[in-house]
Amino acid sequence: MRVTTASVGSIGRLGRAVVHWLAGWWHIVHFGALIGVLALSPSSYRRENRAAIARDLVLDTAPVLVWFTLLSSLISLVLIRIVVVTAQSYGLSQYALQMVVRVLVLELIPLTAALFVAVRCTIPNGVEIAALRNRGQLDALRAQGIDPMSREVLPRVLSGLISVAILAALSGVVSLVLAYLAVYGFTPWGFVGYTRTVGQVFSPAVTLIFAFKTLMFGLAVSLIPMGSALYDAAGSRSRTSAELRGLVRMFALILLIEAVSLVGNYY
Amino acid sequence: MTQAPPPPSPVAHLELKAALLLLLLLALLVGSALYLMYARGTFEETQRLVLVADDSEGVVVGMDLTFSGFAIGRVRRIELAEDGNARVLVDVPRKDAHWLRTSSVFTLVRGLVGNTNIRAYSGILTDPPLPDGAVRTVLRGDSSAEIPKLVAATRDLVTNLTALTAADASLANSLANVQATTERLKGPNGALAVLFGNDRDAKKIAATLDRTNALLARIDGMAAKADAQVFGADGVMPEVRDTVVQLKALLGETRASLKKVDAILDDAQAIAGSAKAATTDLAALRADVEANLRKIEHLVNEVNRKWPFARDTELKLP
Repeated sequence: MRVTTASVGSIGRLGRAVVHWLAGWWHIVHFGALIGVLALSPSSYRRENRAAIARDLVLDTAPVLVWFTLLSSLISLVLIRIVVVTAQSYGLSQYALQMVVRVLVLELIPLTAALFVAVRCTIPNGVEIAALRNRGQLDALRAQGIDPMSREVLPRVLSGLISVAILAALSGVVSLVLAYLAVYGFTPWGFVGYTRTVGQVFSPAVTLIFAFKTLMFGLAVSLIPMGSALYDAAGSRSRTSAELRGLVRMFALILLIEAVSLVGNYY
Repeated sequence: MTQAPPPPSPVAHLELKAALLLLLLLALLVGSALYLMYARGTFEETQRLVLVADDSEGVVVGMDLTFSGFAIGRVRRIELAEDGNARVLVDVPRKDAHWLRTSSVFTLVRGLVGNTNIRAYSGILTDPPLPDGAVRTVLRGDSSAEIPKLVAATRDLVTNLTALTAADASLANSLANVQATTERLKGPNGALAVLFGNDRDAKKIAATLDRTNALLARIDGMAAKADAQVFGADGVMPEVRDTVVQLKALLGETRASLKKVDAILDDAQAIAGSAKAATTDLAALRADVEANLRKIEHLVNEVNRKWPFARDTELKLP
């Protein structure tokens, strides 16, 4: 009888954990839908909200833009050099460019940009939101007739999203330029061939998957920390575990998006 | 409850900076999109070229058509025609289309490593240019398709070689036999032993040769003897010569006798009318003629006896 009770208890705990896990994801999805509606409604872009969005965007993106671009350029340069030299040593230099473009621009840079924005901006933003909520400032805003979602949450989500897009786009362009310089040097005569190679890599399907993947990365790193901060804190015993849960969810989703994009590109 | 953080310090030209960031994003996105469209040939005015191949393996949409190593067109579509051939639709920009002539040849080459290449060769650049929508058959040169055949042939070869060089193979046996044969060639009876397979027969041949030699020596002696008998001092030929001399003398005598007879006949004719009494002389004369005739007969018999070629002339060896 005791064994049965214990097993029933463990099954009950397992069931509760599954329900809790599903509820967490449901909260994220619900939060995403809410933010999506807010982002698409013109009333969210009134003057005060616009100022908040502009502030978050500038504070989140501008300081990291130069640093991230420099850092990614350095890593890109090293990787390009490695790939080109290796390909040349095997006599396959005509495929080095394609590989560089595929590995760097299509795969590594969006992932790096998303993770960088997550660590630098959106996770701290989530912590801020959680602090505001714990201090009751969100309720205070609501009492003043200001929607805290539009005023405090939406600007942070939007800034994270745009940050990822800007960093990925800029680093991608810089990497393309660096790849050209690394392969052809400072000469304009390789431009036609290079353009042709880039055109071959970026077929419509690949371009679509690339854009979709970058958008999904941006959504994942912007929404999950914020959603976790808004919904998870109530049921958790400590702040740390809620943040960790948000991080785990974010990394899992990023992994899933990357895997799906790879499947879409290469299968 | 934690203390509320101090309000963030105001950022100068906030709206302008935000607008610049958004503009940067927009410029990056639009620029990238335009560049990619340019890279994929969206803005080029092209003409269509249809290449018909029996196998389009390795051909992918977007790959280049090259002329002298320069890309002058890209594959836009690949479709399967009604007759089972693959139709590779290639877009050639108008500015590069002058490299393609009506006499141009197109090849589809698959390398061992790397992708397939479609190449154009224009031997006569003064021919009329290729019209839009031209359909050309592509020549296939597939180095990797030859590999299975090559491998199969090599495998057959190796199998044959293995069979040839196996321990119990006919080649090994033949070589062993050759070795045994050369050993016997070096042996006491040499090639004869090889020819007859055993020493006994080889010895017989050797004995036969010895006997033949002895026989030849004897035949040689016999020939010398026969020579002496025929042409020697006491041989047949001198005797024949003597006989001929004798015969010539006999014939002279006979001629004299006949002259005598002629004279006698003349005398007899002269005296026939009145010579009844002379019959006794006639009898003596008749006896003389008979004696002469008997001598002639004897001589002829002698000649017939001694003449060697009138008889059986075959030389019989003992």
